[in-house]
Amino acid sequence: MHHFIDRRANPKGKSLGNRQRFLERARESIKERVDRSVRDKSIKDGGGIPAEGEKVTIPSRGLKEPRFHHSPKGGRRRHVLPGNKEFVVGDTLKRPQGGAGEGGKQASEDGDGADEFSFTLTRDEYLEILFDGLELPDLVEKATVETETIGTRRAGLTTAGTPNNLNLVRTMRNSLGRRIALQRPSARSIAELQAEIEELESLSERSEKQQIHLEDLRHRLEVLERKRRVVGYIDPLDLRYDTHVPEKIRNSRAVVFCLMDVSGSMQEREKDLAKRFFLLLHLFLTRSYEHTELVFVRHTHHAQEVDEETFFYARETGGTIVSTALEKMKEIVAERYPPDEWNIYGAQASDGENFGNDSARCKALLLEDLLPVCQYYAYVEIVDENAEMLLNNPEAGEDLWQNYRQVKAQAPHFEMQRVSQPSHIYPIFREFFLPKAKGAQNAGG
Amino acid sequence: MQAGDTVAKPMFTGPEWTFELLEVARDAIEEIALNDLGLDVYPNQIEIISAEQMLDAYSCVGLPLMYQHWSFGKHFARDEALYRTGRQGLAYEIVINSNPCISYNMEENTMAMQTLVMAHAAFGHNHFFKNNYLFQQWTDAAGIHDYLAFAKNYISACEERYGLSAVEEILDAAHALQSQGVFRYGRPPKPTTEELAAMQKVREGHESAQSVLDIWTDATLGRDKLEQIKDEPYSARRKLMNLPQENLLYFLEKHSPVLEPWQCEILRIVRMLAQYLYPQKQTKVMNEGCATFVHYYIINKLFEQGRLTEGSYMEMMHSHTNVVLQPEYDDPRYSGINPYALGFAMMQDIRRICEAPTDEDREWFPDFAGDPDWRRVMRDAWANYRDESFIQQFLSPHLIRKFKLFTLADDADQSHLVVSQIHNRTGYRSVRRDLAHSYDLAYLEPDIQVTDADLKGDRELKLTHTVRDGIHLSEEDRDEVLKHLRRLWGYDVSLAAVDAGE
Repeated sequence: MHHFIDRRANPKGKSLGNRQRFLERARESIKERVDRSVRDKSIKDGGGIPAEGEKVTIPSRGLKEPRFHHSPKGGRRRHVLPGNKEFVVGDTLKRPQGGAGEGGKQASEDGDGADEFSFTLTRDEYLEILFDGLELPDLVEKATVETETIGTRRAGLTTAGTPNNLNLVRTMRNSLGRRIALQRPSARSIAELQAEIEELESLSERSEKQQIHLEDLRHRLEVLERKRRVVGYIDPLDLRYDTHVPEKIRNSRAVVFCLMDVSGSMQEREKDLAKRFFLLLHLFLTRSYEHTELVFVRHTHHAQEVDEETFFYARETGGTIVSTALEKMKEIVAERYPPDEWNIYGAQASDGENFGNDSARCKALLLEDLLPVCQYYAYVEIVDENAEMLLNNPEAGEDLWQNYRQVKAQAPHFEMQRVSQPSHIYPIFREFFLPKAKGAQNAGG
Repeated sequence: MQAGDTVAKPMFTGPEWTFELLEVARDAIEEIALNDLGLDVYPNQIEIISAEQMLDAYSCVGLPLMYQHWSFGKHFARDEALYRTGRQGLAYEIVINSNPCISYNMEENTMAMQTLVMAHAAFGHNHFFKNNYLFQQWTDAAGIHDYLAFAKNYISACEERYGLSAVEEILDAAHALQSQGVFRYGRPPKPTTEELAAMQKVREGHESAQSVLDIWTDATLGRDKLEQIKDEPYSARRKLMNLPQENLLYFLEKHSPVLEPWQCEILRIVRMLAQYLYPQKQTKVMNEGCATFVHYYIINKLFEQGRLTEGSYMEMMHSHTNVVLQPEYDDPRYSGINPYALGFAMMQDIRRICEAPTDEDREWFPDFAGDPDWRRVMRDAWANYRDESFIQQFLSPHLIRKFKLFTLADDADQSHLVVSQIHNRTGYRSVRRDLAHSYDLAYLEPDIQVTDADLKGDRELKLTHTVRDGIHLSEEDRDEVLKHLRRLWGYDVSLAAVDAGE
């Protein structure tokens, strides 16, 4: 009539559905928090998302489960407590701060007294919220563009090998252990002996006792030196070598080109917006590819490849020729990123001003050289904070915008949007990466 | 069984448990539980689960099957965060009031702990669930699994049909009223036969492909009776709608002008679970006291019989001591009276009063002081009381002195708290009454009742909160709950505070 059941093999995570519902409910607050954590962090370290997940503290407002319950304050109550030591009937006590003694407990029956609710999002949950509903364009198709390369993998240590594979740390650790075990005389003890001998030898006259002592010291020195020769500092026994075995590595790689206009008109605000966009793009691609690289190209009237720091924080002045950046990208792709091995993404941020008729050249470069090798190319135009007219009317715009509109009409994997505030970044990013059917609709309209 | 052979031989020596060892220990415990203590238990189903699964079980109010809701996920997230950072341990065990009685043991426990947990849960709690009058009268241990399975399926079917957020909205509102979703004093009015039939149809509906829940009109549910109600004066309404009504969820389920049948069924599910768990809320001290007393008795018996090594015995006693620790009021660890400590001490005390009564005990407990059969006295107590009445009947002056209990009177009009009673001759009865009072849920939980709803007139739902001892509702939460209520009722809701005038 009774029995044991081993349930350990049952799936755990029975409450996964509940957790998802909870995250769904808390989503707005979590998004805020995720957004904040993205803002100040560098792109290269993955936006500062720790590998094990992100601790999230969100206001419990909206997560409250209200119940009718008595107020902890007011009224007439009687509390029975244990541990009376000296009280007699009629003694008075100061009312404790913040509630009436243990009566305060019932005030938060569901434990919701705290204003903040903190828990840990897994990395996946974090990214899922960050990229909620997004989809990599052509993901299915392009994910098969995995390259197969021959690489090597570390395969432990061996006692034989070539000097260039010597593992110094392990070798020295073995050596130290052996020297301690075999009591190899230290250089210091020998030096001390020698000093003492020298001291005795330097005496012009030695007593018999000193003479005997000197002999003894010389003998001891000889023993130590012999032992030191026998027990070497490093013995062949100590040597350890790293080994590597060849391995086929299937990997999918992506490179994100971040192109930005850094001429005088791009101020901190504009760069901050651009940074957010590039960061999102990078995070997003990191999730889809084992390996993603970033290339930062900035331009004024000429373009150069720079590091992230320079890209976002250095300021330049000069005219603006957008096509130089595109040329540069073309050049770097040709040099380092053969399109059959790399998934290439282009992201361009600009305030939309360009020199003379350079925009037409940009259009030609995109259509003829870049878009054929890119998985996707996104253009973000950063406009004035109060440029309502531009935001609401995609048909209005400068030369560059107009030319890009023509590009968009021809290339479905080219997208363009305008932003003026941080809060725009996420929605337009979403729009860029909406499932393809929707994207195609947008292109058509 | 060759009991003679195994006496004097420890059942296990190391910390590792195996299913074979568990069997041996369970048999030894059962022997003592049934033949010595005379316990009467449901068949046991003991399940071994991992820490993660324990966390899962926790977050769903300890029930084995539960519908899905974000608040369970929230509790899971919190418990997990506390557990992972080492700020909170996990329960050693969870027991479910069901037949068979399911108890969860964690795989991380040592063999000694598994033994302790089995004695505690599979026999102590199990006996209490099966025999206490509240559980017998109010819960259906045999049917709970089927009901939970039905609830889970029904709610997930509703989610598919009406969308997650529509279901969540109803569940949120129902949860907010869960404490007001129980019948405290009497059985609910029996559903009429048509109602039963209609409910049955609704329940089956979610499984049958052809049926569409929306066709369950008011007529199928017997709701057209509301038409009659509309023309009745207040006195007749009171009668027809069972006013005043303390069970708000029940009232809404029966009379809300706006709820769809499926929404009513969800209210009913939440209400049924609240009612099922209500006896547990009323018997924390007794239930834990019973389980702790049983494990303590059995462990000592096993040790006397030589079936436990000293090491295992020490490990169990260590854990036992932690469980029944009662910090004093000025100890930083103090967080109210520990139900394990109070319940266990009271039950040990009952045994003492039977076995070695003092004159004081004879004066206070003439019915059972010196009773040669303490086991029967104990079983009677377990069967026939809840925390409030148990303390009122059985807390002895001896224990009041041992715990050095005293009463603090806290009157908001006074600037100071006053020690109104202490553990002396004049104080015993008052301290005992005050302590018993503090376990009375009817006093702890706000008394809120539906007093009127004029469906013909403005349709305002009128609630009355009977204020006792000048203690009002916490305002912020009150307003939030009222919003939920408004959603379920569809029209205005008012809540009047009336002084009990005691």
